[in-house]
Amino acid sequence: MANFDTELDASGLNCPLPILRAKKSLAGMEAGQVLHIIATDPGSVKDFEAFSKQTGNELMESKEEGGKFFFLIKKS
Amino acid sequence: MSDEKKLAIIATKGTLDWAYPPFILASTAAALGYQVQIFFTFYGLQLLKKNLALKVSPLGNPGMPMPMGMDKWFPVLGTAIPGMQAIMTTMMKNKMKSKGVASVDELRDLCGEAEVKMIACQMTVDLFDMPPSEFVDGLEFGGAATFFEFAGEADITLYI
Repeated sequence: MANFDTELDASGLNCPLPILRAKKSLAGMEAGQVLHIIATDPGSVKDFEAFSKQTGNELMESKEEGGKFFFLIKKS
Repeated sequence: MSDEKKLAIIATKGTLDWAYPPFILASTAAALGYQVQIFFTFYGLQLLKKNLALKVSPLGNPGMPMPMGMDKWFPVLGTAIPGMQAIMTTMMKNKMKSKGVASVDELRDLCGEAEVKMIACQMTVDLFDMPPSEFVDGLEFGGAATFFEFAGEADITLYI
């Protein structure tokens, strides 16, 4: 697991809440800092890809483990 | 930031199920950096009430999945039984809660936080004698021309 600065547990939340919570978390972070997101919504895999593309925040890692989804996003 | 993308939505429906698309799309677009306006007209104005009392009805809605396969054997007229709407509304709300779907209140608050601009159709407010005090704060009241002022420059315009 890479290092991160802030963690967001969006487990149990459904679309669009994981994205909205992530946006909120990123807003309180400095450029270059990394946000670690935990989600259970399978739709979040594609959504975080799309979120990164559109906002310019880099999706450094996206993986599934034991039915949970983990993302690392670096604030641009 | 004039290079911001813009999303304009017209919300015309006032049921629990149809409350979701405008607020989900508006809040998500705002999170993606869009500037967003929603114009609420006719029954869509119900979505702006301070105390939301939104319902969902199985009546005239053959596409609505019902619990225990009720939609398979329940006669169409059965969906008109008094109390059916209340039952289905409660069931839908419980289902949404158990699946981690946000409440309409929550999504609307998130839209407010994200500075989604909400405009209430003045004509409909007058038509239905809706007291402005029943609506949430921070609304603007305007007409079709107000909508086009923003929609004319929007990248995406949706009628819901």
